[in-house]
Amino acid sequence: MKEFTVLDLLNMDLKEHNTLNLKCIAGRKGLTREITDPELNRPGLTLSGFFDEFAFHRIQLFGKGEAAYISRLENQNKMESIEKMFTYHLSCCLFSNAHTPGPRFLELAEKSGCSVLQTDLSSAKISMRLLRALSNVFAPHKLIHGVLVEVFGIGILITGSSGVGKSESALELIERGHRLIADDSVELRNISGNILMGSGKDQVLGHHMEIRGLGIINVSYLFGVGSIRDRKQVQLVVELEDWDSEKVYDRLGSGDSTREILGVKIPLVIVPVKAGRNIPIIIETAAMNERLKKLGYYAAREFDQNVLKWLESKTARNLYFNSSDIF
Amino acid sequence: MVTKTVIIKNRAGLHARPAALIVKKANEFDSDIYLELEDMKVNGKSIMGIITLGANYKAEITISADGEDENQAVDAIANLFENRFEEE
Repeated sequence: MKEFTVLDLLNMDLKEHNTLNLKCIAGRKGLTREITDPELNRPGLTLSGFFDEFAFHRIQLFGKGEAAYISRLENQNKMESIEKMFTYHLSCCLFSNAHTPGPRFLELAEKSGCSVLQTDLSSAKISMRLLRALSNVFAPHKLIHGVLVEVFGIGILITGSSGVGKSESALELIERGHRLIADDSVELRNISGNILMGSGKDQVLGHHMEIRGLGIINVSYLFGVGSIRDRKQVQLVVELEDWDSEKVYDRLGSGDSTREILGVKIPLVIVPVKAGRNIPIIIETAAMNERLKKLGYYAAREFDQNVLKWLESKTARNLYFNSSDIF
Repeated sequence: MVTKTVIIKNRAGLHARPAALIVKKANEFDSDIYLELEDMKVNGKSIMGIITLGANYKAEITISADGEDENQAVDAIANLFENRFEEE
């Protein structure tokens, strides 16, 4: 994985309720330091001079209490513990509630090459948002060849070998009012262990498609902003493959096959491609069927149960009519 | 499976035109072809995939191919990099 530095943290493009509102107030040299741990540390004990088990590689979050303690230390001229703290290779210091530490603290930070960040959010808010943002960054991720679309609210990853018609199927789905998340290279992240989030690799390249014969097209310009999305949870994998007359395809749809990606099991549908088969409609139907399953309705299972019931009643009837007893 | 590492020699990096050249060449072979940069691995037969790498000047790319004509495929694509895609 590429290094994630303090500068990357400042540059993170987060919106609305996720924004971190960070700015660097000292120690610009330290912006190139790497953040290796997605967790935070409240350095209260450290400031009081207890350095055992000091998680120095984490982001050090100074809340109201820690900030007040620092100003008292500065006033009483007891800077030893702060000096000692800066001898460690801290990833960065972060002050919440828009608090600015005293000049001596900043001087020490500057000298040791550790950046000091500030945010106007409260400690509780910033720690929640930071943990969320960092867990995204540090989540296991993988680049996959395929197209990610949202069909009737279901995130569908269309995979299959090159030239099987993934992009063309996606294009027709977009034309029918569904949304494109990423074409060709989809970046998948495992979030909190059981959610697979897919997005385009880069905003610059996002929402462009390559269609053989047309070249590269810009989907958001052609079909409008309603036809695109930045990210979406992958809830179904549709694998397109060339029709193989030897192979036995699922005819009932009662088998629950899944594909494991980054440790998350996703329902899988294998769709054979042949001239005359309208793939986008099959994908649309798969999406609606998946929604029904989420609501607890399994068409194949229900159908089977009805057939069983019907057969049962038939045998019962036959038993009744064929019996010689007169009721 | 054959792999080969090349360094991008044209100043502009892997933009649309070189990517198209690679894809055109890759499609002449039956083997599965992949390009790798750092932790990213993309299909060598897809333009958007190659552009997604965001490979710039002097980046190190690993070409790999798997199939009947893997040797020729890797050599042909490495050759494109060597020739700087006929660019500066």
